Amino acid sequence: MDIKMVNLTKIFTSKNRKEVQAVSHVDLTIPSGKLIGLLGPSGCGKSTTLYLIAGLLKQNEGQIFFGDDEVSEMPPEKRGIGLVFQNYALYPHFTVRENILFPLQNLHVPKEEAKTRTYDMAKLVGLEEMLDRKPKELSGGQQQRVAIARALVKKPRVLLLDEPLSNLDARLRLQTREEIKRIQRETGITTVFVTHDQEEAMSISDEIVVMKDGVIQQMGQPQDVYDHPDNLFVAKFLGSPQINVFDSTIEAGKVLIDGMAIGATELPDQKVIIGIRPEGLQVDKTKTSPFKFEIDLVETIGRDTTLIIEVTSEESTLLDKKTFKAIVDAENRIKPKDVIHFVVKPEKMHIFGLDGNRL
Amino acid sequence: METKNNWKAWLYLAPMLLLMSVFTFYPLINAFIISFYKGFRPLQNSIEGFTLLGNYLLILRNPLFWNAMKNTFVIAFISVPVSIFLSLAIAVGLKSIPKLNKFFQTIFFLPYVTNSIAVGMAFAVMFHKNYGLINAILERLGFAGRIDWIGGTSSWWTQMVALLIFTVWESLAFKILVFTSGMQNIDKQYYDAAKIDSASKWTVFRRITVPLLSPIILYISITSMIGALKAYNSVIGLFGIKLGNPSNSMITIVAFVYKYRAELASPGYYSYAAASAIILFIITVVFSLIQGVVSKKRVHY
Ligand SMILES: Nc1ncnc2c1ncn2[C@@H]1O[C@H](COP(=O)(O)OP(=O)(O)O)[C@@H](O)[C@H]1O
Ligand SMILES: [Mg+2]
Repeated sequence: MDIKMVNLTKIFTSKNRKEVQAVSHVDLTIPSGKLIGLLGPSGCGKSTTLYLIAGLLKQNEGQIFFGDDEVSEMPPEKRGIGLVFQNYALYPHFTVRENILFPLQNLHVPKEEAKTRTYDMAKLVGLEEMLDRKPKELSGGQQQRVAIARALVKKPRVLLLDEPLSNLDARLRLQTREEIKRIQRETGITTVFVTHDQEEAMSISDEIVVMKDGVIQQMGQPQDVYDHPDNLFVAKFLGSPQINVFDSTIEAGKVLIDGMAIGATELPDQKVIIGIRPEGLQVDKTKTSPFKFEIDLVETIGRDTTLIIEVTSEESTLLDKKTFKAIVDAENRIKPKDVIHFVVKPEKMHIFGLDGNRL
Repeated sequence: METKNNWKAWLYLAPMLLLMSVFTFYPLINAFIISFYKGFRPLQNSIEGFTLLGNYLLILRNPLFWNAMKNTFVIAFISVPVSIFLSLAIAVGLKSIPKLNKFFQTIFFLPYVTNSIAVGMAFAVMFHKNYGLINAILERLGFAGRIDWIGGTSSWWTQMVALLIFTVWESLAFKILVFTSGMQNIDKQYYDAAKIDSASKWTVFRRITVPLLSPIILYISITSMIGALKAYNSVIGLFGIKLGNPSNSMITIVAFVYKYRAELASPGYYSYAAASAIILFIITVVFSLIQGVVSKKRVHY
């Protein structure tokens, strides 16, 4: 079952009467059976979107459909959703079993059936040995899985996860990420996974939705969004290290940075902003490219070398940052103070207008 | 390190311990000693000797004491659970109407800041047979015969009902306040989770709010049990110094203590008062201990 949001808007009024559009005119369809990563910086309205889908918050405008059913006015208990809260919100006085059983009791599922379903669900998340423990006797990762089990046990139509990994340490995060992916595949449930971690979203999602200030920026398969960002925000939000961004001009079909031609385009002459992915910079062994820099720092990790160039000039066209980075093959054996000529892979170079939108 | 910390802890506790020694332990021990005196005349400060259990046995053979025990226990065992349940229900109700919350908190808090003897006198008027509000309401509702709640022809039952209504009403305020603030400390996420889990309002109350409030409920039930065992002002306020109709029918243990404490001229009565105070003290301690033990299994921390 897919989830469709039409012109969905949520406005919060803070104490000083200031209005915040936490979610702003969102039109979005989440395809059935897919795992969607809802991605954006903290405070951009991800949780609010999730709570609107869940019915815990009421929209000021717009509609929500589950399949063909409109659920905009439906209370949360009728919507048939499973929600995993950021802090899990496991009932502290219930055992794991009672936590998982609770939704089934409320739905008046017959006792025997509820018992088997609880056990099966605990098994699915690998906690069948822990059923009699209290949440505080579990590790963060285990608590997280109890929360998933509790959300899934009633066979919801939709599973919503609000930054489910943010409380876990790095190793556990990777592991649990795979676990969530597996559970989602096994159950085939339509899932929305909220995160502010772009790498997490890219690795787990069938599709990602990038959000900023309550507005959807772009939706698509992770690699597509990465390769074809619709605007500067998306380009900068995805990818680590971050994309390098320069003030630049187009003159006679040439893209010029500080007067150095780094590529060709069919766009008319104008001022533009150029984004170049760090992996899009290649060492020019012929040393003929005019795009050259003295290297300040070199970090080699296995196969890749990250070259860090500090830009000190006041008139630098590099936006935002004082350094830009290139990721090149370690074979090049580059040392600090080397002067390197770069060529730019055309597909790794993105041209944006001064308003930040892709040209 | 350990001992140093201990030493500091005692230092910090010292002022409190000193105050408690002067105002709690000393009187307690003193009462204990007085309860062993025989023929004690407090005005002359003379005694005729000592007795280990003499005063206690006299009290236990005094029907008035058993009347006081009965009344006190009825008050404690009925008013405490009833007021806890009511105040919980009201606190939950207040939570769902946040706008009225402040207003009602003030209303319910008024009796708490008002002297209970004065409130008791107001209640005495409300329970008056001929021009009391209660009978007027009952008449409106169709109960024709006017009940003499606390007057010259009233029975133990009507007086006890009036006393219980008054006691419960008087103790609601503080409990509502404590429960309301306790509820504000329960993470809102549990209630969101319960909505997602399709829990009904009653289920949420029974299985989430009450267990998560259980430490506070325990605290309230112990303190109000102790308070109820010490009931006195409410009885004086409602029934005056006659302590009910006929006299002393609504006497409580504390009233019993005061009654004998006041008879300074009669030798030995002061020791009865002391002995009955000690009995009350023991009852109170036993109750607190039982509640503590029972709730250890039930209370979720
Ligand atoms: N209950 C609320 N009252 C007022 N403002 C809120 C409330 N919840 C969220 N907001 C505001 O709405 C915006 C989006 O919040 P949220 O959806 O929690 O962001 P995210 O989950 O992406 O970090 C933020 O500016 C936040 O301050
Ligand atoms: Mg959030």
